[in-house]
Amino acid sequence: MLRKLHGWPGLVAALLLLVLATTGVVLSVAPAIERASATIPATGQISVADLAERVVAHYPGTEQIQRSLSGEVIVYYSRDGQPGADLVNPLTGEGIALYQPSAFLRWVKNLHRSFLLDDAGRMVAGGLAVMMLLLCLSGMFLLARRIGGWKAVLKPIAGSGSSRIHAELARFAVIGLLLSALTGSYMSAVRFGLLPEAAAAEPSFPAEVSGGTPAPVNSLIALKNVDASELRELVFPYPDDPSDVYSLNTTQGSGFVDQATGELLQYQPRSAGNQFQHWMIRLHTGEGLWWLGLILGVAALTVPALSFTGIQVWWRRRSTSACLGEGASTEMADVVILVGSEGNTTWGFARDLQKKLNQAGKKVHCAPMNDLAKRYPQASVLFILTSTYGDGDAPSSASQFMTRFEHFQADDGLGFVVLGFGDRQFPKFCQYSLDVDAALSSKGLPQMDFVTRIDRGSAIQFREWGEAIGERMGISLALAHNPAPATTTEFELVERVDYGVAVNAPTSILRFRPVQDRRNLWQVLSFRSRLHLPSFEAGDLFGVAPPEDNTARLYSLASSASDGQLEICVRKQTNGLCSGYLHSLKPGDRITGFIQQNPGFRPAGGATSIILVGAGAGIGPLAGFIRKNTDLSPMHLYWGGRNPQSDFLYQPELGGYLDDHRLTGLNTAFSRSADKAYVQDAIMADETALRQLIEKGAQVLVCGGRDMASGVSQVFDSILKPSHMDVDELRAEGRYLEDVY
Amino acid sequence: MKKILFALGLAAVMTVPGYAQAREVTFSTQLSNYGGDGAYLALYLTDADGKYHETLWISGEKSKYYKHLRDWARGSGLNQAEYDGLTGASVTSGRTQNVTLELDDVMIDAGYQVRVDSAVEDMRDNRSDVVVPLTTEGSGKSIAGRGYVQSFVYNLK
Repeated sequence: MLRKLHGWPGLVAALLLLVLATTGVVLSVAPAIERASATIPATGQISVADLAERVVAHYPGTEQIQRSLSGEVIVYYSRDGQPGADLVNPLTGEGIALYQPSAFLRWVKNLHRSFLLDDAGRMVAGGLAVMMLLLCLSGMFLLARRIGGWKAVLKPIAGSGSSRIHAELARFAVIGLLLSALTGSYMSAVRFGLLPEAAAAEPSFPAEVSGGTPAPVNSLIALKNVDASELRELVFPYPDDPSDVYSLNTTQGSGFVDQATGELLQYQPRSAGNQFQHWMIRLHTGEGLWWLGLILGVAALTVPALSFTGIQVWWRRRSTSACLGEGASTEMADVVILVGSEGNTTWGFARDLQKKLNQAGKKVHCAPMNDLAKRYPQASVLFILTSTYGDGDAPSSASQFMTRFEHFQADDGLGFVVLGFGDRQFPKFCQYSLDVDAALSSKGLPQMDFVTRIDRGSAIQFREWGEAIGERMGISLALAHNPAPATTTEFELVERVDYGVAVNAPTSILRFRPVQDRRNLWQVLSFRSRLHLPSFEAGDLFGVAPPEDNTARLYSLASSASDGQLEICVRKQTNGLCSGYLHSLKPGDRITGFIQQNPGFRPAGGATSIILVGAGAGIGPLAGFIRKNTDLSPMHLYWGGRNPQSDFLYQPELGGYLDDHRLTGLNTAFSRSADKAYVQDAIMADETALRQLIEKGAQVLVCGGRDMASGVSQVFDSILKPSHMDVDELRAEGRYLEDVY
Repeated sequence: MKKILFALGLAAVMTVPGYAQAREVTFSTQLSNYGGDGAYLALYLTDADGKYHETLWISGEKSKYYKHLRDWARGSGLNQAEYDGLTGASVTSGRTQNVTLELDDVMIDAGYQVRVDSAVEDMRDNRSDVVVPLTTEGSGKSIAGRGYVQSFVYNLK
């Protein structure tokens, strides 16, 4: 429901909101520009009487003096019967420039508030403001749910792609957008009479004035009593009309001033309602609050990106949810697949499973977990494929599952398997799938296999799981769903450096560059360089499939696009299909691959100390981070290999990085050397120093095999014990990142 | 363009039917290309000393901006009874507004003045943009305004 509330209005409003946001950005700069050019006397420096005297000295035909909230002072005068308006310096009364409100800004303002369509347009703009308010509120709740509660709202956001960009931007901008939307809605509601309009202080014209000889303006006591900074407007009496008066309008109220006695007449302070309304307008326009104007402008600047990423997320969710059909009925099905999905990615996997089971002759029923039936009389296998939402919660298509499951009757012979989908970067990786698994077990259903947790939609893990389950069911399940059919690029191997052959760990650093292909017309027109590299950073993933197999493996990138080449570090696995293929490449050979972003594995940068930990080929992205560290953030590398003579990967490069301080400290451990040490030992040896670094906010990035990673996290747990911290805590703060395989 | 007929001074017509004669008058106000939003205008009568007598027509629908029609606002006291039923849309830059009304004959050649006050959002207010005596002789003679009004003319029928 919340999601629908966020999605549909967003989609409808996106285009019009773009207009509102873009014009809003332009308008937001105006107060700052006005403020920058205005001369502002200190409070108490000059009174309205002083100001008026100085202005009149230069403009004898002064009719009206206005002060904008930004501090600009404008005089309206008439000279030889001709009206004029000038910006003046409030200190001297001298003219600065002709006052000419910008026609462009006026046009932008009208576009912003009424789409140049007057009242009808204003109504649309008002409606959009309300819609924006809804988007902000529903978005805040969605974001809180996504990252695990309001307390976690400032923590790093896991995930990748447009949904992460959307969440990050929204979190940054939501307060500004909320303020703009709220005040805009209010202004519109007042304009159309939906909210009462506060009565402006409108003192009635004094019935009687002294009618005496006009005194010089600087002698009028009522004007002397008002500081120039409080002035909004002073209208002069008609010359030669003794019955006329000055009308004075200040930030506090308005009234009239007798031109002979200087007495303040009929003064009315602004009502509280009027002040409130005034502030709502100021909070919307940033008038006189140039810094707020800029903040609101920056927030509005995110709207185009939010719209774009929002539509992308919506589209992806929509296109993956197009239903394949439930298949067999609940009564007839011999296999049931229930799907728990938030973003619909899981459906892609479920559909592949459904298809392959159908091919194997099974009658398959496939439905969202929320559609759990009371019983499945014919079924022998219940598959549950589910993602996890936020901090271990049920995804939307499974929100009712646990309640419905209380009434579920398990027939004899029905076994179940749970397959979880998630992202290892989240602290509660696939937590919901574990919960479901436990719930099903506790009801006495036989568990056919342990929960398998698929990390970031890994096609390989999914295929392997299919093989194992197929074997159990006595059928062949060749699952081949690739959730991210990425655009592939052709690369040519330009260089390889081989290590580790002598210690039975052949590891190569492979450097590729994209193949120069003939550019199509579009690329020529868009001035794309001939050597177009897709954008990537060290730590992102490079997907490549060996020729005889179409399931891609992911390798961590050791270079960034700005390095001009794509570098990976690959250890040749025994019987490894893909690593064997990569190791067989000779310079000049070509491969195709794609980039998968992995923004969750990046060093924080800045003054934060970075502790890099890796073993074997896991050094790849770490070396890439160090190469990129031209800002010289303190970086400490702990790396484990086998033998310094054989597989000391990146040895020459690391020496250079130490020399130019891109790398602060290098600690190595070699398991097949005299000390027989592992990287954990190297970490342990530096226990005190590391604990101090982490206490001061250091970030840890670990890359390598799963066993090594779990060993390393245990070591860090023991190191951190004296300071009452642990790895889980660091993980939750985004200070302990892992890229494991 | 608005052509509106309003019987002003109706009360007088009813009380002294034998003496009062109504005259149809058309007021044409052409605005200059001042390059701003629609202008608010107040068309009203004053006596020879500039003292407010009655409202003829107000262009602009938001009464909260009427205070910017300064002389008229002062004279009328922004009293709604003074302008009730005598309002219309604001006038766009460069356009001409025609208002046709029926005036009591006694108002003409009696020392009354026609005045126009004008105001535009974010621009200056013009008190007495136009001041012209209401006389048979002045009918059809165009005069220039000093603010947003480029020219103003009234025609007695």
